[in-house]
Formats: sequence, structure tokens, C-alpha cells
Amino acid sequence: MAFAAFANTAEAVDVPKKKSKIALVLLAPGLAYLALFFLTPLISLIITSLQAPDIFGDIGDYVYAFQWQNYVTVINEYGVQFMRSFVYALIATLAALLVSYPIAYFIGVTARKWPVIQGLALILVIAPFFISFLLRTLAWKQLFSDNSPTITFLKSISLLAPDAQFQGSNFAVIFGLTYNFIPFMVLPIYTSLERLDLRLLEAGSDLYAKPSTSFWKITVPLSMPGVVSGVLLTFIPASGDFINASSEFLGGPGTQMVGNAIQSNFLVLNDYPAAAALSIMLMAVILIIVSVYVKRSGTEDLL
Amino acid sequence: MSKFSFGKYLLPLYTALALLFLLIPIAYTFVFSFNDSVKSNIVWRGFTLDNWTTVCRAQGVCESFVNSIIVGVTATLLATAIGTAMAIALVRYRFKFRSGTNLLLFLPMATPEIVMGAGLAAQFLSFGTQKGLGTIIIAHTLFCLSFVVVTVKARVASLDPALEEAGRDLYGSPAQVFWRITFPLLLPGIMAAALLSFALSFDDFIITYFNSGSVYTFPKYVYITAARGIPAQANVIASAVFIFAILLVVTTQVASSRKAKKLAQPIS
Repeated sequence: MAFAAFANTAEAVDVPKKKSKIALVLLAPGLAYLALFFLTPLISLIITSLQAPDIFGDIGDYVYAFQWQNYVTVINEYGVQFMRSFVYALIATLAALLVSYPIAYFIGVTARKWPVIQGLALILVIAPFFISFLLRTLAWKQLFSDNSPTITFLKSISLLAPDAQFQGSNFAVIFGLTYNFIPFMVLPIYTSLERLDLRLLEAGSDLYAKPSTSFWKITVPLSMPGVVSGVLLTFIPASGDFINASSEFLGGPGTQMVGNAIQSNFLVLNDYPAAAALSIMLMAVILIIVSVYVKRSGTEDLL
Repeated sequence: MSKFSFGKYLLPLYTALALLFLLIPIAYTFVFSFNDSVKSNIVWRGFTLDNWTTVCRAQGVCESFVNSIIVGVTATLLATAIGTAMAIALVRYRFKFRSGTNLLLFLPMATPEIVMGAGLAAQFLSFGTQKGLGTIIIAHTLFCLSFVVVTVKARVASLDPALEEAGRDLYGSPAQVFWRITFPLLLPGIMAAALLSFALSFDDFIITYFNSGSVYTFPKYVYITAARGIPAQANVIASAVFIFAILLVVTTQVASSRKAKKLAQPIS
């Protein structure tokens, strides 16, 4: 399955490889596409980030000026949102990992004896993919709105302070991010655990290892490729998300993330240089985090 | 076996609760597709089937749905065709810029959507390209491409080259060998890639929002109407798509397990 995208790449079978012009023909359209619509836009983004307002043009007209101060300006203006994005994404990723690992373990290992339950559970995990994530996020907003039965009940039994609010809180945004990315975490871990050879665990217990020792020394290391790819599939999109944090969904004025800043600068304020500078910085930070993380977790060959 | 005692009761219970949790918003969306709502669909006002029979009466909802289908199908076809060719080349042939190609395919998956969206939008802006269905399709094909390559690559790698050799030995032309042997064997992988692409495209919002101009896709419709109250008809469309997709998944699963059982039976 492609959700193991980051985990799968290592195990290509060795086929006798020949040199041929055919390879070029097969690769040309894809390489051209990526050059034209992935690399060139990144260059456009860098150029845009260095633009200055056009003195002779209308508002929203910009000319290239090597205005590197744009970066300083956006750091001063959006530093908080920038940091917040990574803190939110990190907490949501850890929360999703904690919630998802047992699910993946159950489906991939425990449920092997019952193929029907295994199939059913898998379908339920991917079910959220088939319904718009915007509607699902809105559903949480409405289920936890101020006058909703859930909140009224929690307040009546004093589990919530009388003036507590879900929408607009840090908790709401992190909750939304976690919820949205659980399937992306479960599936790759499941793919790794499904291949786990149970005889290894038996060998562990034969050698008088406690179940917990076997789990930490055998199961967890063998599922690392899935964990790494799940973490990447969650952390990267979560740090660039602006839906959960937006005021129309689960966020409020105090929860804006860098995605919200990029979105409003580009599409509302038409301040393209600021939006571009923020995007470039976001991508740079993510690439650094990802490469360090991938190196640390010893799954380098996936690059 | 004591090591599975945790797995016996607690783990299944936990999984059941967690899956239930995943389903809550879906159930909510489905239930509120039957809400007898007036303008915004927030407070429950009673059961009705009207929303299901008058889906297209809510302004713009059906147009946005049709746009999503057009974009999904076109981007899927493009990404699957281009991506399959790349996957075959990557597994079967040796060439100089192989690691460069791999990196170029990995990067879009490691780039946050909003960066790709803003980048494309900046490029369309500087070239003066009119945003619309075309630009949405370009953007969707881009992010589907890497996923197609990864999915199909796994299938190509598991393909036995001896089968194609046999075809050539029997004087099959390269085209015949490809269409009669390689392609049918790759088909399950290609289909999986296509389904994934369509699902990714159909639910995409962020890149679409940056590159759609005045054109609405279904997720964009939901986002825009969220500010003033989403009509229940949007819930109807989402629920109908959900039911259709689940039925599709269940039937293919049942069919493939039946086929596997049949193949496993000894020939009498």
C-alpha cells in the first residue's frame, strides 16, 4: 500500500538492470512535469519572496528587488505562528502515534487469527478517507460547540469549568490535527507489523524475556520503518495545515499557525512576498527536521 | 500464553473504542444529512428525506461535485500514465541520474501542501495564467505523481522478468510483450495507484484553494460555505460518496478473498 510510501522504498528486488534509451523515453514526461510544476514553482517562490512593492503599479503589484529584508519582517511579524505550528504538529504527531500504535498492533498482529475482523478493522481505519476532512473537522466543532449536549453535560458534572470553551483553544486545534492524521499513522505501522514474524517473539520468550522486553527489543525495532513513515506522513502535513487552526473550524485568534499566515497573506492581503518568504522558511525547516530525523532513526536508504 | 493476556481483552476493547472515535464525525455528517434544516445545518430540527431528493437545489453544490469528479478523473489518468512509465524505468533500467530522480520524486511528498500550492500559484501569477479547472488539474497531477510511482514501483519489482523473456522468445514484438504480459501483470498495482490518486485528489483542499481562481471543487465549497452555514445537501453528497466508496472497498475485498480461496483449492 502506498501509505507505506516512505517505508517501502528500501526493498526493491534485484532485477538485472540494463542500459537503454527506453528508460529516457519513459522518464522524460515525469521529469519534465516535475521540473515544470515542482522545481520551477519553488524557484518562483524564492524570487517572489525577494520582491518589493512596485512604486508605479497598483496595490498587489511587485517587482524583483532582492529584498531579503522580507524574511526579517515575516520573522518579526509571524515568529509566534511559526513556532506554534511546529509545537502543535509535534504534540499532534506524538498523540497520534500513542493512539495509533495499539490499533495497528491489534490489526496487524492480534487479529491475524480472525481475518474477517482484521479486514473490517482496516476498512474502518480507512473509512475517514472517504468523507471530506473539512466536514469531519466541522463535525467536531459542532459536537463541542458551547451549547452542545456534550459540553453542557461535561460542565454540569463539573469536568469542565463553566466558562471553558473548546473552539479556539490550543487543545481543540491539536485535537483536530491528531484526529485528522490517525489513519495516516495507523496504516504504515500496520504494514510493518503485519510482516512481523511471530516466531521471533516466541524465540524471545523461550530465552526467558518478559513480554515487555520482547515488545521493546523485537516488535518496536521491527516496526520502526512504519513508525518513521507514519511520523513523516503526520508531521509534515500537520505543520503546514491551516484548516484546523482557522477561526471557521476549530481555531481562534490565539491559535493561528504559519499556514494561516501564508494563506491570508497570499489570498487575502495579496502580500505575495511575505507569503512566499514564509513558505520557503517552512519548507527549509521541514527539510532540515526530516533529514535529521531520518538519519537518526537509521532509515536513510528511503531517500 | 501469558504474553497475549493484554491482547486478549484490553487491546480489542481499546481498538473498538478508538475505531468508534474515528467514526463519530462520519456518523454526525450522515445523521445531519437528514436534518430538516432551514439555512445553516447546525441545530437538529427533525428528520426529513428532502435533502436527499433535492440535492442540487442548494446553490453550487452539484457543480462543485461535478468539478471534483472531472478534476479527480483527469488528474488520476495523467498521474497514473506518467507515474507508471517512471516506475517501470526506475526498476528495470540503469541510468545516470537515478538518485536525482528518486530525490525529485521524494521531495513533493516531503513538501507541505501549502508550499506547493503557494509555489504553483506564484508561478501562475508570474506567467499570467488564468486559474481554473486546468490549473487545479495540473496541481493535483503533481501531488498524485509521487504516490503513483511508489505504489507501481513495488508491483514492477515483484514482476518476474522471465515472463517477458518468454514472450520475446516466442517472437512477441516489444509492444505485444508489453500489452499482453507486462501491463496485465502490473494492472493491480496500477489500479491501486489510480484509486489512491483519485481519493487524494477528491479530498484535496489546500493546493486547490491556492490554484482554483473562481472555480469550486467540493471541498472548497464546504470551506467557503462553512463561514455562513453549510447546507444539508453537502452532507448528502459527502454521505453518498462515503457509502459508495465503502461498498466498493467491501465488494473488492470479498471478491479478491473469494478468488484467493478458489485458487487455493486443489485441482481435482
